[in-house]
Formats: sequence, C-alpha cells, structure tokens
Amino acid sequence: MIDLTINTDLARKILTGFIHTEITRAGFSRAVVGLSGGLDSSVSCTLAAEALGPQNVLAVRMPYRTSSADSLEHAQMVIDALGVQSLTVPITEMVEPLFDRFPDMNQVRRGNAMARARMIVLYDQSEAKRGLVVGTGNKTEILLGYTTLYGDSANALNPIGDLYKTQVRQLAHALQIPEAIIAKPPSADLWLGQTDEGELGFTYEEVDKLLYLLVDLRYTPEDCVQAGFSESFVHQVVERVRRYHFKRILPPIAKLSNRTVGYDFLYLRDWGT
Amino acid sequence: MKLKMALAQINTRLGDVPANLDKHLSLIQEARAGGADLLIFPELSLTGYVLQDLATSVAHQPVPEDPIFQPLLEASRDLDIVVGFVEEDHRHRFYIASAYLSQGRVLHVHHKVYLPTYGLFDEGRFFAWGDSVRAFDTRFGRIGLLICEDFWHASPPYLLWLDGADLMIYTSASPGRGLRAEPQLESARWVEHINRAYASLFTDFIVHVNRVGYEDGLNFWGGSTVFDPSGELLIKGPYHQEALTLLEVDLNQLHRTRALLPLLRDERTALVMREMTRILNEGRPVNR
Repeated sequence: MIDLTINTDLARKILTGFIHTEITRAGFSRAVVGLSGGLDSSVSCTLAAEALGPQNVLAVRMPYRTSSADSLEHAQMVIDALGVQSLTVPITEMVEPLFDRFPDMNQVRRGNAMARARMIVLYDQSEAKRGLVVGTGNKTEILLGYTTLYGDSANALNPIGDLYKTQVRQLAHALQIPEAIIAKPPSADLWLGQTDEGELGFTYEEVDKLLYLLVDLRYTPEDCVQAGFSESFVHQVVERVRRYHFKRILPPIAKLSNRTVGYDFLYLRDWGT
Repeated sequence: MKLKMALAQINTRLGDVPANLDKHLSLIQEARAGGADLLIFPELSLTGYVLQDLATSVAHQPVPEDPIFQPLLEASRDLDIVVGFVEEDHRHRFYIASAYLSQGRVLHVHHKVYLPTYGLFDEGRFFAWGDSVRAFDTRFGRIGLLICEDFWHASPPYLLWLDGADLMIYTSASPGRGLRAEPQLESARWVEHINRAYASLFTDFIVHVNRVGYEDGLNFWGGSTVFDPSGELLIKGPYHQEALTLLEVDLNQLHRTRALLPLLRDERTALVMREMTRILNEGRPVNR
C-alpha cells in the first residue's frame, strides 16, 4: 500500500522554523504571500503567520475580472481567521492592455500573463513592505511543471514545495483551514471553469501516489506498472516530469572561464548567515 | 567514577567562524557553571555544514598559535571540549575534523573517514578522506571520536571498540529527511536505532551530538542522545531546538554490564582478522 500520510505536527514545526529562520537571517522580519483563496496559498499564509506573527504577514489578493467570487471570499476568510495584514490589487488593468494588443491570445498566454502580473505585484510589495515572498507551489505541481515560470513559481522561499498536494491537504486540516477551501476542486482560476484535475487529466490522489513511487522510492516506470498503474498514465507522467524540468532549474550559463556561476562557484544562499 | 557530560546541540552561522567561536565560548561558560567535565559540540560546529566552496576559507589548525583554537585550548583547562571544524593539513588538504581538547592540550584529532557523496550530500567533492580510526586516553578513560557518516558504517565503531574505547562520541550535522506518519523523521529514527545497537553490541557508552537550525532548505534535527552500555537511553535532547543538555553518567556501569554480558571478552579478533584477510585476498568486491 502506498501511504502518503505525514505527521502534520512535525511538518508544522519544521516549516514554521524554516520560514522564521530563512526570513530573519536574510535581514527581514516580514512575509508577502499571494492569497488566492485556494488550498496551497492558505497553507503557506497560515504557516507564515504562525512563524512570524500575523502582523508581519501581508496577504495579497489579486483578482482578475473573471476570477471566481468564491476565491476572493475564501481568501478573506483566511485573512480574518489569521488576522494578517491584507491588500487587494486587481490585475485586470495590468493585463488587459496586453490582451488588447494581441486579441488572438489563447488561454495559456493569457493565464501566463496573469500569473506574471501577480508576480510583479508581489515583488513590488516585497520591496515596499520589506518582506520576502513566500511561495505556494506544492511538490506535485513542481514535478509536473504545472506552473508559470517567473509567475506563480517565483518566490524567495517555499515552505510547501516538498509536500504532495494530498499531503498539503492533510496539513491544511491540521492548520484548521476552512473546510470550504479544503473541499473545493483545486483550480488556478485563470479562466472560467478551469480545474487542475480537469486540465491535467488525472486526479491528485492518483498522481501523488505515482510520483511518490517514481521520485521518492525510485521505482522504475516498469515497477510502477507492476504496482498497478496503467502504462499510458505512467508514460504520460514520466514524460511530463522530464519535459518541464527546465522550470525547476536556473537557466544554464555557457561555460567559458575556469569558474562559472552554477557549475563551480558553489555557495548556499545562507552563506555567511 | 562519575562523568558529567554536556551536549551542546547548537545552530551555527554558515562560514562565520568568529561568530561561531563566540557561541562556543559562551556555552563553555554555561557548561562550566553547570559543573560539566566534558562538553561536546556537533560536527563542523565552528563553521556550519553545507560549506561547498567555503570549505577552504574556513579552515584552521588545532594548535595554540591558531586564533580560533587559542581561546578554546585556554577554556579547556578545567573542562574537556570536543569541537568540530575544517582542518587544513600542512600539505593543504581539507578535512572534516573533530578535536578533543583537554587541560590546554589537543589530545586527539579525528578526520572524517566516510564522506557521504550521494543524495543530498556532496562532501567528497570538497574534502579529503580521513585515513585512520584511533581511540585515545583521557582522564575519563579511553574514548573514540567519529563524525556522522563514519558511524553509518559498522567498521569504525568496531575498530574503536577493539582499540579500547569504552566511551564513543559521535557528532553529526544530520539533515532531517523522511517525513512520514511517525512523530520522528526517518533520519532521526535510523540514527537512534543504530546508536542503541552500538551501545548494546559493544557494551559501551554511546554519545551522539547533532546540530540544529537550517541551511537553505535543510533542517538539522538535534535530538542528541546518550545510551549506556546496556543499551538504555539515558537522555535525549529536544528535536529542532538549541539546547545544552547536562547529564552525569556513572562509568561503573561498564563493570556491571560487562560482568553480565562479556561480549568484549569473547570477541574473536584473530578469527575476524583471518577471515578478513581471506575475503580481501579472494578479491571480493570490497572498496577502498
């Protein structure tokens, strides 16, 4: 049996310690979180509030014209429950001039532009409020590349990036995130009716188990088929993980000298702190 | 004979040796005030762990002329101290090292002999491999020092046991990993299991001191332990928090355990040597 159960007390302790340490050692005391009203950002925001105190967390709601009303409302529930600082910055006026310039833009281009507009708002608030942007991407979406590069993937530190979506859900229960947020279908809410599972073509429940075998337990694709996953599903996921690897690493620098950033100039970000 | 130990599971500043020295000196004062005879700091306690290209710029030599070791040696006049550091030898090789300081002198330096270079670890890229495992005499009896991956292999503890160590001191900078349903990380459970096993198999005192804090995304889990020669857990430091844990152990437990369980007396070292020689001569795929 594939068991993705985590000890949520231990996760909470390690992750709040991580947020507190990594923000304060960089000389900051505050966090900025893009709060969509979905599960992942609610969990990141709650962890940040616990780590730094709610007065030191700025939750930013960034609706687009077509964003669901539920999203805004759910984000407000989290803001009220935690007592964090909040700000609402609609991105409609930021992105529509671009959409008007390219009327044939498809949903993906529009969605990417929206995700990157939100990144601009968050990083502007990061400078304005002297707070670091706390990421909200989970391990499932990072591995599947189900994210916009330099958009929702952009952050200064990510507390939940090593938790599969179904594990984030466990943590959300422990953090007492409102049930309405935990229960609704995950969605990037970039266009009407979009859901993660609809777009990906499989459920998080299924794919998390497969990724756990492939990534954490180092099963070969053949082992995964033996374990009961369909060959086409395994192939699709393996290929997705490979194809989107570029979203997980810094762009390669062409090596010319004897010492090159990324290859043989190696320091942690926490260097000297 | 009683020995009061102090386990200093500290956080460190990555690559900032003077700042880490200050923390050592203040904990030495605290341990001294608590009546400790022996104070143990974790692996690379003077430098931090994921040093990468910092490795060559944080190195020191455990000699009285060294500005970092001078105050530590001075402080060791009334309590013994184990510190972790990077040693640069006279041929300019860099080792992950632990030094045992006592009464103003360096009694022993251990160079880490197993450098994990797999998974999240990359030590073999930056450090030279230590090449000896030796026990040494102290005012509390004969002691052995190992560093983290050294005791993930069974042979270094076994060698120290045969070399006369009744008290083994293991130090770590162990990154926490393996979050499951249990209240401890897999890495913590594994280390505790084998420390208990070594205490039981060797009828020795096994002390483990592990650091805490974070370096980028890595967490270090602390949970320093002392097991007695019967394999009983005597004390455990908290997980993920800095702590100075003090404990007085009764070294006469060695007498009592070994009177009941003469594993050391009955160990057949000549047989081990004979079979080891045969295995190596037969060209079995054994490394290094």
